[in-house]
Amino acid sequence: MTSEKTESKKDHPWLMRTYSGHSSAKASNELYRTNLAKGQTGLSVAFDLPTQTGYDADHPLAHGEVGKVGVPIGHIGDMETLFDRIPLDKMNTSMTINATAAWLLSLYIAAAERQGVNQSQLQGTTQNDIIKEYLSRGTYIFPPEPSMRLTTDVISYTVNQIPKWNPTNICSYHLQEAGATPVQELAYAFSTAIAVLDAIRDSGQIEEDAFANVVGRTSFFVNAGIRFIEECCKMRAFVDMWEQLTRERYGVGDPKMRRFRYGVQVNSLGLTESQPENNVQRIVLEMLGVTLSKRARARAIQLPAWNEALGLPRPWDQQWALRMQQVLAIETDLLEYGDILDGSPIIDAKVRDLISGAEEEMKRVREEGGMVAAIETGYVKRQLVTSHTARMRAIEGGNLKIIGINSFTETAESPLTSGTDSGILKVDPAAEHEQIERLQAFRSSRSAAEVESALVNLRSAATSGENIMPASIRCAHAGVTTGEWSGVLRGIFGEYRAPTGIDISTHNMTGSGTVDSLRKRTRSTGDELGRPLKILVGKPGLDGHSNGAEQIAVKARDVGFEVVYEGIRLTPEQIVKAAEEEGVHLIGLSVLSGSHLELVEDAMRRLEKVGLSQIPVIVGGIVPPEDEVNLKSRGISAVYTPKDSDMNLIMLDLVNIIRESNGLERYDA
Amino acid sequence: MLTLSKFPDPDTLASAVVDRQRPAVAKALNLLDDKRPEARRLAARLLLLLPQEKVYASGHLVGLTGPPGAGKSSLTAALITLWRERGLRVAVLAVDPSSPISGGALLGDRLRMLSGQIDNDVFIRSLACRGEFGGLSAEVWPMSLVMLAAFDIVLVETVGVGQKEIDVSKLTDTTVFVAQPASGDSIQFLKAGIMEVPHLLVVNKEDLGLAARRTLAELRATLKPAIDDSSWQVPALSASAARGTGIVELADGIEAHRCWLLEKNQLTPRRKNFQAEWIVKRLGEEFGRFGIDSLGGTTVLMAELAQSGSSPFEQYDMLRQRFLSSWKGKQM
Repeated sequence: MTSEKTESKKDHPWLMRTYSGHSSAKASNELYRTNLAKGQTGLSVAFDLPTQTGYDADHPLAHGEVGKVGVPIGHIGDMETLFDRIPLDKMNTSMTINATAAWLLSLYIAAAERQGVNQSQLQGTTQNDIIKEYLSRGTYIFPPEPSMRLTTDVISYTVNQIPKWNPTNICSYHLQEAGATPVQELAYAFSTAIAVLDAIRDSGQIEEDAFANVVGRTSFFVNAGIRFIEECCKMRAFVDMWEQLTRERYGVGDPKMRRFRYGVQVNSLGLTESQPENNVQRIVLEMLGVTLSKRARARAIQLPAWNEALGLPRPWDQQWALRMQQVLAIETDLLEYGDILDGSPIIDAKVRDLISGAEEEMKRVREEGGMVAAIETGYVKRQLVTSHTARMRAIEGGNLKIIGINSFTETAESPLTSGTDSGILKVDPAAEHEQIERLQAFRSSRSAAEVESALVNLRSAATSGENIMPASIRCAHAGVTTGEWSGVLRGIFGEYRAPTGIDISTHNMTGSGTVDSLRKRTRSTGDELGRPLKILVGKPGLDGHSNGAEQIAVKARDVGFEVVYEGIRLTPEQIVKAAEEEGVHLIGLSVLSGSHLELVEDAMRRLEKVGLSQIPVIVGGIVPPEDEVNLKSRGISAVYTPKDSDMNLIMLDLVNIIRESNGLERYDA
Repeated sequence: MLTLSKFPDPDTLASAVVDRQRPAVAKALNLLDDKRPEARRLAARLLLLLPQEKVYASGHLVGLTGPPGAGKSSLTAALITLWRERGLRVAVLAVDPSSPISGGALLGDRLRMLSGQIDNDVFIRSLACRGEFGGLSAEVWPMSLVMLAAFDIVLVETVGVGQKEIDVSKLTDTTVFVAQPASGDSIQFLKAGIMEVPHLLVVNKEDLGLAARRTLAELRATLKPAIDDSSWQVPALSASAARGTGIVELADGIEAHRCWLLEKNQLTPRRKNFQAEWIVKRLGEEFGRFGIDSLGGTTVLMAELAQSGSSPFEQYDMLRQRFLSSWKGKQM
């Protein structure tokens, strides 16, 4: 009797998802149906990088990236396969998609229509937050102005046509990954929200009295770190600030439309490669931060797997992550109580602190001319780089303790990673080839005339400024590919290269003894070789996570290297051409998407072809141990993974690698 | 035991450079950068072997300079695209500042200068200024000569602030100054006569509208009309690298200045003069005022160098030796 009563009072659990997708639409569809059978209540689609950056699988830049960090969706056929036997009128689907959000949503709508489901019944989320792509994630395509226009088109369209859709998920998640403090997360998320909402209000696509719906449909995607009490306060600050902002700035009267609705993926930055089993307790504690406070509780949660820092998770790893959520929601008494933090003076004081810090930072962004301007001037990136550097220094100096990294590093051998698969999922190397074959077969099966006329229609919508969605949905039905849709818009809007972190990085010239000795060694090796040591740092492939490469580039400059930093999205051919023209002593390649074997192999082959195989090459990224062996056997001088956190050691290594390859003696550490 | 020299053979290298082989151009630039005595000797020989006509009488050496953020790299990209459409082969030397403390540098923004296509007729080398006064490292001049031997247009891009940004005009046939709309600095320097007047002024980002038009008007007001028909009239243009407007006019203006130099027979004397200045400057850095004076003073040196037909390194080393031996003699 009592238990029944408690049961009825229990709060509804949040939507439980797992961010997943890999290899092909078919393989991902099987995974989704398995996950749903295990009690997952929503889907969270991970797309591969070619899909996120608008390239077909057979484009040279897509090489090695197809099906790696997510599922490749090249056209309506792939989208139909992805949701085969998953009824879209019932499903709540979140899509992590930004630059090509309008296109993937169009494919989703078209696939639903082919299932006989009207678009008005659809539920889900498109991430559709381009601003943070310029700051951290790197999958932007177009310059900020047309990107904001696409964002507002998706929002205006869904508010009018798909009432239960969350058209934009303003992300502070990636800001934390790039180093943001809780105050910065709050400030930049709300500054972004203001930029987006102001743009919609000024676009004239929404009737004045419907604007409250736009505010009501605006949701957020946040990060939760290990300091879970502070994170919990951060979430309460989010709720309070949003309530005030929507009332005062946008005049929204209905309290329901002022609710702060958010989804969460907990922190990846703090997950470690060493003693990876510890990530399980980190993930669980981080989940507490976003669930403890009832009035600031997440609407949807997706948890990373324990082995994310090692490579792609296997179905079992994802099941484990899902079970963590289920245990908290179903076994514990969390959902039986009201807000357990209300009335705590300690919590209230912390929340007030965060709010006043965030308000101050928002004022600074306003003084820069708003969020878009603050990105173009590099202000926000500079703030993030500063915070990130401070964090790295605190770890290096031992002030910030991380178990297994700079504290309690001794460990027994882990049975979790000693299996034949090393504890991670291997994407079938044939996946890319098969995807290309399917794509080419699809292209020859469609009506060229329909494709052409749909593209002409798209071009005219893009130029005239009318909403891009109807023309895109027509393209989806006509069989236009992801590369073709993006190609038309690239032609009209142009392509953008955001300021890199190095253009604006803070100069760290405070020399320690180690740094001084490194500078001397860099200089004298340069003297011995006749000219200053020059290196090239580049990111082949489509992966936009440039923090690691930028840290290496900036550090190398600080110890006296001349550094050609090539930034993101390069083909191996471009990198090799640059290495030749620049006359470098060493090449550093950074790959975090798991495509290291293909991309590095390609670069090495090309170096050999132009007679530059004597230049040593190093690789940085998420590289499993056996791939490291494999890369070294192909002549890679060194491989650095997240566990190599001592930058000074890496720098000394670079000097020594250059010395050895030029017949000089190594320096001792 | 057979020992192979670690340096390339200058004779083979020179003919490969003239033959426009990209790996040879890269190797030649490395050699010119190399400070080891053996490399200096071979580099001098290499420069001597380059065809004099190409290095001193043809091609076009263009300097592009302006304050940070003026959009030089994007403008370079737009010019490269246009020059390629006109069938010209282009080399770029992009000079960036070095850190005064570590000596290190973050170089270039090659990608901003290139379209996505791989084009073997475009060659970019980035270079750190290496603490050089005026923002141009000593290597720029000899490297430009090698590039002139293999490419039709050589563009030297430099970043700088205030009066120093125009130092590139001491090296190039034609100097283009890129101004940023609504930035008063350059105009003040021009007005005050602190900054040497470039051959072309261009206001980038004309898509900004009013601010760009106002800057253009101010620049035009500072320019004095040509003294007579035979002197070069500096044009002030506006362009937008982002929108692709004004690029043809800019390229045509650059070309018009080259034609003017040829017509006035100034191209070769100008380059020979730069070369002499480069050598005197290097000697001055090494031996100071005293060194220059004991070699006869700047005027005498410049005259002597103008007569000489040998390569810059060779002339430099010859004068260096002359100074050192005379100094040794005096010490005795």
